[in-house]
Amino acid sequence: MSRFVELDDVDLMYGGPDGTLALRGASLGVAQGEFLAVVGPSGCGKSSLMKLVTGLHPPSRGSVRVAGNQVDGPVKIAGMAFQNPIMLPWRTTIDNILLPLEIVQPHRRHFRARRKENEAAAEALLATVGLGGFGRKYPWQLSGGMQQRASLCRALIHQPELLMLDEPFAALDAFTREELWSVLQDLWLEKRFTVILVTHDLREAVYLADRVLVMSSRPGRIVAERRIELERPRSLARTFDPDFVAIVHELRDHISAVRQGEVS
Amino acid sequence: MSRTERLAPWLFTVAFFVVWEIGVRVLDIGTYILPPPSLVFEQSWVFRQALFRNSMQTLYTTLAGFGIAVVFGLALGIFIGWSKTIYNGLYPVMIGFNSVPKVAVVPVLVLWFGIGTVPAILTAFLISFFPIVVNVATGLATLEPELEDVLRALGAKKMDIMLKVGIPRSLPYFFGSLKVAITLAFVGSVVSETVAANSGVGHLMLIAQANSEVPLVFGGLLCLAVLGIVMYAVFALLEQRFTGWAFRGQDRRAA
Repeated sequence: MSRFVELDDVDLMYGGPDGTLALRGASLGVAQGEFLAVVGPSGCGKSSLMKLVTGLHPPSRGSVRVAGNQVDGPVKIAGMAFQNPIMLPWRTTIDNILLPLEIVQPHRRHFRARRKENEAAAEALLATVGLGGFGRKYPWQLSGGMQQRASLCRALIHQPELLMLDEPFAALDAFTREELWSVLQDLWLEKRFTVILVTHDLREAVYLADRVLVMSSRPGRIVAERRIELERPRSLARTFDPDFVAIVHELRDHISAVRQGEVS
Repeated sequence: MSRTERLAPWLFTVAFFVVWEIGVRVLDIGTYILPPPSLVFEQSWVFRQALFRNSMQTLYTTLAGFGIAVVFGLALGIFIGWSKTIYNGLYPVMIGFNSVPKVAVVPVLVLWFGIGTVPAILTAFLISFFPIVVNVATGLATLEPELEDVLRALGAKKMDIMLKVGIPRSLPYFFGSLKVAITLAFVGSVVSETVAANSGVGHLMLIAQANSEVPLVFGGLLCLAVLGIVMYAVFALLEQRFTGWAFRGQDRRAA
């Protein structure tokens, strides 16, 4: 399998030569269409990983390659979603979702001409996340879970090859969160984009990912890797099966070990 | 809003004048110290033409100064909000500039432009552009970093981010500042007219005071109050119209 995202012995340092080291010697590869989850304690540089892969921050050492190209600026093929959905309150949900098309080429060139098709595409995407018919609403008329669904749509509207998710479900209640796991799994099974999901939630990681990486706290290093070979589509009931729970516990042990090391 | 709520400001205004009238009569205060409102209204009617002409002059200098402040304030606000470096560098300078009382600048303006309309306009401008600059710059500088990341990762230039997100996002701040700025502009032009002009409500009040026409002085004050309220109301209405989304109340939610 070709590696779609590849980090080779990457250091990332913030704030000049005396700054803090956020990542040390990180090497990882993500295959095209793979769903990768990255877990770790707070401050382990998971968000730095996001910035590196999307080209928002250059590595201090080592190389980052995405889709076969050296990353030296914004990659332009990534969709992103965060814990906070950050919808623009003066735009309707549809117009929020269409925002990336107003920015990224080649959509930008045809944005006005293809207004109708774009809106139809956004509506279709909204329907797949269970928000059919909500396009004309303003984001502040939607609940937190609905906004996060819309935020996923915004991340996917330009059909990115790479989806970067930074704790996208962390602020939601447990029921909504699990519902959105299913939504995301369905979307991924249908479109098979490459996903890097950064999360604190081990069940979430095991439920969604093909492979889970465990990171140590700052400076972040990758300390463990676990392939999740559960059949797809995975049901929520599956998360209570002993083999699933065993994997979660195994990951938890890695995290505990990392945290122990931090204390001593 | 219920009927009583809508009527309340009018009731309080009327009550204010009634209390004033009764207070002056009961306490037997001389009309050369505090004339009763009935006399103020009467004298204002007698001098209505002078009051109207000078009010229009004041309105003109205020709006002219305010207009310049809007254009300049918006431009400078966008410039300052554009980057953290400019923001950090220019903000203290702005504070320093704003701390100088604008009355103290009037003599300098008179020195440069002579007595009359120009210093009034400039004082109105100088006093009112600061809140606009600060609000626009703050609106731009407090952009969510995640959203900036989303757009930058897609290859958005700074200009795209400003046009699509930064500027619309700072509009409520901008319109909010207009309400403050118009009131300040008004203060500026009246101050300047009082010190150095030969027309305007400030000037009229100064003349009336010199002639011991105390009711007319208060008539001038009333004119200023009315003008101030009208201008504030106009800009509050504009704010509602253009940035209603920022005032997402219960009634809109239900609609």
